[in-house]
Parts: sequence; structure tokens; C-alpha cells
Amino acid sequence: MSIDIDTARKVAKLARIRVETGDLPDLAEKLSGILGLMEQLNEVDVTGVEPMTSVTPQRLKRRADVVNDGEQQPAVLANAPDAREGFFAVPKVVE
Amino acid sequence: MSASWTISAARDALRKGEVSATDLTMSCLAAIDAGDGLNAFVHKTPELALTQARAADARLKGGDAPSLCGIPLGIKDLFCIKDVPTQAASNILRGFKPQYDSTVTAKLFHAGAVCLGKLNMDEFAMGSSNESSCYGPAVNPWKVDARNLTPGGSSGGSAAAVAADLCLGATGTDTGGSIRQPAAFTGITGIKPTYGRVSRYGIIAYASSLDQAGPMTKSVRDAAIMLGAMAGHDPKDSTSADIPVPDFEAALTGDIRGKKIGIPREYRMDGLSSEIAALWDKGADMLRAAGAEVVDISLPHTKYALPTYYIIAPAEASSNLARYDGVRYGHRAALSAGDGITEMYEKTRAEGFGPEVQRRIMVGTYVLSAGFYDAYYNRARRVRALIKRDFELAFAAGVDCILAPATPTPAFGLGEQGTSDPVEMYLNDVFTITLNLAGLPGICVPMGLNKQGLPLGLQLIGHAWGEVDLLNHAYVLEKSAGFVAKPEKWW
Repeated sequence: MSIDIDTARKVAKLARIRVETGDLPDLAEKLSGILGLMEQLNEVDVTGVEPMTSVTPQRLKRRADVVNDGEQQPAVLANAPDAREGFFAVPKVVE
Repeated sequence: MSASWTISAARDALRKGEVSATDLTMSCLAAIDAGDGLNAFVHKTPELALTQARAADARLKGGDAPSLCGIPLGIKDLFCIKDVPTQAASNILRGFKPQYDSTVTAKLFHAGAVCLGKLNMDEFAMGSSNESSCYGPAVNPWKVDARNLTPGGSSGGSAAAVAADLCLGATGTDTGGSIRQPAAFTGITGIKPTYGRVSRYGIIAYASSLDQAGPMTKSVRDAAIMLGAMAGHDPKDSTSADIPVPDFEAALTGDIRGKKIGIPREYRMDGLSSEIAALWDKGADMLRAAGAEVVDISLPHTKYALPTYYIIAPAEASSNLARYDGVRYGHRAALSAGDGITEMYEKTRAEGFGPEVQRRIMVGTYVLSAGFYDAYYNRARRVRALIKRDFELAFAAGVDCILAPATPTPAFGLGEQGTSDPVEMYLNDVFTITLNLAGLPGICVPMGLNKQGLPLGLQLIGHAWGEVDLLNHAYVLEKSAGFVAKPEKWW
């Protein structure tokens, strides 16, 4: 299956990565090449095989449902591109 | 020059007081400054190193000296270290200074190790040549003509630094071969432990079900020492296994009599260099001479590992890398008047991620999108189960260890692969990715030089949690091969 320019544009949008219109054909071609590699998997008979979910069968560990971290506002905000009054600042979200 | 020492030699000299941690560290720092041409160290931390070295000297004097006390190491740029720039070789994390330590670096420092600085790598560990790094590629210290060769990837800076004696050992991470392929390209030892052996906490994530950290060193013994300090259960990583860490070094007996070595016939594939094929036979002979039995085995789904990996890894990456949005850390694009939050995300990610990372995020987005999830992602997870079963059947039939090539070719020139077709670069991982999919441990051991004078390595694959046995087999291979060559200094 090959990826056309419209699909490439849609995938870029879903991935929230801006791709200039002029770069879409090259992107579509490279993505098609990569997907071409994946087509090989259609040869494999996977009837009755469960999708693998974890490398070693293990039940995730449980811990007490208590607060064990927090009160670190300065550390949390230390790397923010724009932090004001104890919050992350972003452009307007709602009109 | 003490920077050329192995960890075990340095440990013994430090304990006897023949050298101080401070002197050893200074010697490495000098080698690092003289090694800028390799572009291996991308953030140097001399002040931290000397502080840690002085503390190590105090511990050594007091007789409290764990194996890594006073040992200078390089750390891949993927590991968070508090207040030290950590950016996964990506522009999107430019200026990021973690407020906490990864569990691995915390454990290493607790054991007395000295941090020399951060090492170059492929951006977000996506690559096999170190060329996707925002710092420019690290360069292989091995050189046979006018070309600069790749040290491999993604842990290329770690491999170059260890091979060029800029440090005594380094951390790496391996999602599809990123420890073992660079180790093979630079003539050093690298082990990818069983998934869950080493905590992933504080290591910048690429593909969480495949990522595993491990040591890159100058000898099998050093790998055993360093792995012992890195491994262990961590409540902060829900996938880290709560099982005891064995004494890996004590297990290096060199006795593999009666062990059964599997040779997977599907690994003898097109594109494998004749030199590496011959080396593989030689490796099998060495293990046989040491008393092991060598048998042919079949891992029938091997050829599907590459497409499986290139669905699962990008799918996980697209999810993991969604966090780089210009809000909490790292780069945020300059916005135009009227730009809202969507434009901020899109411009930030377009500017911050390099082309290969963008491609993998988009491939992952595509295979997870409605209508394709079953056809691609779920099918890949089913094939992954079959790949894992291949190994389980081989081990169930009595095989102790599997011997295989590590890479199809020796190191290639920078700029020679994957520029027009990304898939060409992916083929480098063909012998290494099967293990990540199955979660098994694998080690690359340097075996010799090819006709041109470039290092070649072989890979041993163990069963889950079988690092003790695996390291012992690697130790036998190392002793039999007797690889001692070092790159001639040109940098």
C-alpha cells in the first residue's frame, strides 16, 4: 500500500508536525517505502496467535494508593519555555 | 596512559593506591579534550567529575570501595542527570536540564563512578550511524582510508569514546541493536540485558517495550562489573523485574564444557559479508574447542523481525514523543500573530525534531490510526509473539546460548547509507532486533580485524535472565579470539 500526498498531509496533521506543501511528495514517497517493508507481514499466518503485550509474563506491581511525591512546583516548572505565576503559559486555547 | 585501562585494572590499581581517582579522572578529561575530533562527548562535566573523583578517593582511603569507586565513565545523552544538559541529541530538548537523576546513573554514582560527561547518539536513539544527532555524527576512531567511518548507532558516541580510550566504560541503550551494533563497529564489548533487568526510569523513552540500558566496555569482565551496578529492581519502573541481581563477575569461570550452542540457519542471509560469515564459523569452532556442543537451530520467523520492529517501535515512539509539545520543557517555536496552540505544537515539533524522528513519529501515527491499527499494529504484535516463541522453542530443546553475527558488515563511511532510502539503514539491525522483540539478552564481543583493518564482532544470545551464563560464554569467546588491537590515534 502506498501513501499518497493527501494521506501524508493527514498523518502529519495527526502527528502535529508541520510539513510544508512542497515537502509532502518526498514524505509520501519515504513513508511508502517504509510501509512497503511492512507488507511482508501479510505472508505470516497469525491465526490464533495472541498479540504480545509484555516481554515477560508478569502482573504489574501494586502499591498503596497514597501520595508519595509532589510539592515540587519550582522543579516542575524549571524547564518550561514560558512559566508565569506558578503555571505553564500557552497561547490562547479557546476563542 | 591510565585512560586506556580496563575497569577491572583500574579498580585494582585504585584499591592498592597505585593511582588516585582524581588522577585517573584528570587523565580521562585530558583525553576527552584531545578527542574533540571524534565528537563523542557533547556535554563535558569536568567539575562534576572532579567532585565525584575526590569523594571516591575519600571512600577508597576509608576502605569503602565498591567495584566502580573512582571509575570515570561516559553517559549516553539519553540518561537524565540532575542539572546536566540532557537532550537525547535532539534540538527539541535544547537547554533541558533534568531536575532528577535516572535510576541507572544514580546507581552508578552511588557505587562511586565518576561522570565525565554526556555522549553523542542518534536523535532519540533512532538510527544506526549516529548521523541523526543534532550535534553532528560521532566519528569512529577506526580509520583505514581518507573516509570518516560511522561508530554505529544509536550509542555511537559511547562506542567511539570507549574505543578511543576517552573513558573506561560508558552507558548505552539498545532498542533494536543500539548497544551491540556500535560495539561491533568499534571493537568493544556491549551487552543488552534481559528486558526488565535494568530500570528505564529517567532514560528518555523511544520504544518502551524494547528499550533496555546496558554497559559498553573494553572487556567482558568490565561489562559484568558495570552491569552489576546498573541492574536491579526499581519501584519507579513498573516493568523492572523484582528478582535478585547475581554476581555477574564471579560467574566468569571460562568453563562452558557440555553447553549447547545454537547456530540459527536463518541468520545466514543475503547481504551478510563473507568475512563475517567466515568469522561466525570460526567463533563456533572456538566454542567447540572449549568443550561446547554446536548444533544447527531454526528461528523461522527471523525475516519478519525487521518489519515487525519498524511497526512496533515507531508506534510506541509516536506515543512517547507526544510529550514534546513546547509546553513543559525544551524548545518552543516563535509564533506569529494569531497562532493558537495547534500552530505552536506543529511549528515546535517541525523545528525541534530531525527528519528521521519525524518520519518514525508519522509512521507510528499511521499504523495506530483508525482503520490500520489491526492491519499493522496488532498484526505486528502477533508476529512478535511468534518471533519470541521461536527462541523459546530453541531454548526448550536444550540450547544454552545462540551464536550469531552482530552486523551484516563492518563500519561504513559517514554519509554512505540511507540518504535516499531510510530502509537501507534499517537493514543494519537485522541480526540485533530479534532479541529486543523477544526481550532476551545479547552481547557483542570483538573477534578480530577484517582485511582492511576494521574490527568485527560476534553476538551471543542468552535466555531470559541468563546473563550469568551469557557473559561466561562471551568470556570464552573473548579469551579465544584474543582481540587486543586498538585504533591508531589520528584525532
